[in-house]
Amino acid sequence: MAEVIKSVDEFQTKVLEAKTPVLVDFFATWCGPCRMVAPVIDEIATEKAGELAVYKVDIDQSPELAFKYQVSSVPTLIVFENGQIKNERLGAQPKQNILAML
Amino acid sequence: MTEQAGAAEREVLDVAIIGAGPAGLTAALYASRAGLGCAMFEMLSPGGQCAQTEHLENYPGYTRSTSGFELSMDMYDQATSFGARTISEEVTAVDFTAEPNMLSTPFNTYFAKTVIVATGTKAAQLGLPREEELRGRGVSYCATCDGNFFRGKDVAVIGGGNTAVADVIYLARICRKVYLVHRRDKLRATAIYHQRLAELDNVELCWDSVATEFLTENDERPRISGLRIRNQKTDDGRDLAVSAVFIAVGTTPNTEFLGGALALDAGGYIIADGTGRTATADVFAAGDVRTKELRQVVTAVADGANCAESAADFLNA
Repeated sequence: MAEVIKSVDEFQTKVLEAKTPVLVDFFATWCGPCRMVAPVIDEIATEKAGELAVYKVDIDQSPELAFKYQVSSVPTLIVFENGQIKNERLGAQPKQNILAML
Repeated sequence: MTEQAGAAEREVLDVAIIGAGPAGLTAALYASRAGLGCAMFEMLSPGGQCAQTEHLENYPGYTRSTSGFELSMDMYDQATSFGARTISEEVTAVDFTAEPNMLSTPFNTYFAKTVIVATGTKAAQLGLPREEELRGRGVSYCATCDGNFFRGKDVAVIGGGNTAVADVIYLARICRKVYLVHRRDKLRATAIYHQRLAELDNVELCWDSVATEFLTENDERPRISGLRIRNQKTDDGRDLAVSAVFIAVGTTPNTEFLGGALALDAGGYIIADGTGRTATADVFAAGDVRTKELRQVVTAVADGANCAESAADFLNA
């Protein structure tokens, strides 16, 4: 299971300062498509362990992160590399589309 | 040489089920319980559109509090308990002229004696300019997903069916004002929704009206700031100052991946009867993706059972 990031500080160290690319799933507990894509995210986290870090951000627990990255649709998937946004996609996506973001 | 070794070892499924919504899950339940080797191909979590439904009120035997997600998971557990497998890949191409039938995903190729297509539908687009660009920037196809981002704001819903009205009722609880823009002068939605709609005092109905343009602000990173509509009877134009536009104008069948392998009707739905039989003897269609009158969980599960039976008949013939 991909770990949920709980604070801006944690986001800074685990995502923005990460040595590997990072996939972040901005989700909400009440969002159907978020639940639909969750197992796909977890599968990618397992398969790409070591070369890709995968985290989740609950937009209700971390509204400041959702605001900072202008998330206004969930799920929003963002790939970060060297602290910068490399790719961004909205909505539940099949695995090959998420892999193509990396 | 490897090719031959691969071919000798390759597995041929009795039944390949494309899509694990209620139709596919029920087909898997019936096929696996009948002792057939079957696998469901599903690119996301099981349940399809049913799993994304907040409350199901009209699935017999389940009460008002039942979530579509929980019902879907129950169906999934039931199907897999009889041996149905899940392959978490999207089928992107098929060859039904091959013997056995061939299914391609971005990761593998699979073979099956019979195929049940149960891929359902997705939300239809309105077809206005900039619709794709503004998706996630005020244009949404899922009120329960994105409504919270517009808490306390004014929003518009386009459509007149059950989904549109359910969206209005949901949004009226969290938004300041909700406009319902509908091209006719009455709703197609079921009567129970009309009563609930009438009880809401922050909803304005815009009858006989069509959306003609998305209005935006902030050119660098545009967002919805309004919706231009036109009354088709009076030809009067009007700009609604809204932060979001929720589009609920029906559904489009997920049949592109077939690439013409099956006969479709004018709307793109697979032509099949109540037994699920298509013009191709070893391929069947179940659920919302099939030509039918009523697209509901309860008709989808019936289709799934019929298709499994039809596939079993074909295999035993």
